[in-house]
Amino acid sequence: MTSPGDSGGRETWPLWEVFIRSSRGLSHVHAGSLHAPDETMAVRNARDLYTRRAEGVSIWVVRASDITSSDPDAKGEFFESPQGKEYRHATYYTESESVPHL
Amino acid sequence: MNHSNHVVSNAITAERIVDSSVVAPEAVAQYALGLGDDSLVLAHRLGEWIANAPELEEDVALGNIGLDLLGHARSLLTYAGTAWDKSEDDLAYFRDEPQFRSRQLFEQPNGDFAVTIARQLIASVYFAELYRALSLSKDPTLAAIAAKAVKEVDYHVDHSTQWVRRLGLGTDESHERMQRGLDLMWPFVDELFRVDPFAADLDGIAVDPEQLRAAFDALVPRLIVDAGLTVPTVPAAQGGGRTGRHSEALGPMLAEMQVLARSHPGATW
Repeated sequence: MTSPGDSGGRETWPLWEVFIRSSRGLSHVHAGSLHAPDETMAVRNARDLYTRRAEGVSIWVVRASDITSSDPDAKGEFFESPQGKEYRHATYYTESESVPHL
Repeated sequence: MNHSNHVVSNAITAERIVDSSVVAPEAVAQYALGLGDDSLVLAHRLGEWIANAPELEEDVALGNIGLDLLGHARSLLTYAGTAWDKSEDDLAYFRDEPQFRSRQLFEQPNGDFAVTIARQLIASVYFAELYRALSLSKDPTLAAIAAKAVKEVDYHVDHSTQWVRRLGLGTDESHERMQRGLDLMWPFVDELFRVDPFAADLDGIAVDPEQLRAAFDALVPRLIVDAGLTVPTVPAAQGGGRTGRHSEALGPMLAEMQVLARSHPGATW
């Protein structure tokens, strides 16, 4: 199975996905992708490409081929099944007047 | 240039030097001019890599380093120019080759990627030691320019170190090219640490380059050996960049750098 961003044999350096945590953020957020010969250089390239304007205080990189993703062709069975199941949302239920402090 | 979304900081810039109305003493201006030329010439060389590096990511990496150096050059030339009522552009674009004081390492042609990395390793370690020492200068503007530059050049040292290691320990081809790059650039090491004629009377203000040699010798040969390479044993080049003596590479580079400003004086874009 091909990985996201895999463009085949043309690439000489592997693709890496970059996650940046901003100074005000709690979690690392996907920022984009880049090419690098190894993980050490990937972090440096990420620093040059994605933190030029002081966007981040921490960088994660992961090789794109190490990411397992859902099948885009399986959209129906994966993501459309919850339709019509509003009872899965907490807001579906009405508050009981006899239960205080909800 | 004004950016509406810039991060507010107190870091010194060419614009702030102009706004502050500070005026460099004559001797300090002469000294700053040489330092500014070193950065300007190397920044231009690195700019030549844009769209030519092995990968797009490396275009950006070398471009970032070049822009950091251009920032140092702008601050140093702006500060020097305050002594003579000249702008950074007057100094960068309207002086001829013999008036440039850059040491000869910085003007050496890019060669292949390994040659550029060899030049950059030598330059970055030199700059890191220089700016660390200069950040203690009694001249507050030079000290501020140097303090800002230290953080930037430390990263440049790391970038070059990573690549020397990878090329040195990579394939036979990359090893051979990295060794050749070091062999080509090594003759220009010595000049960096020779007496700067414009630093002589600036005790406590300028940095004596000879004082920086020990730190360079303690670090760079070890990095080279750790990368499986050999520290070159080649005779030192004659040098003389500070007094306007240059290798044949600088003239054509300046012609390209200056042609636009000289064809269209006062042009803005």
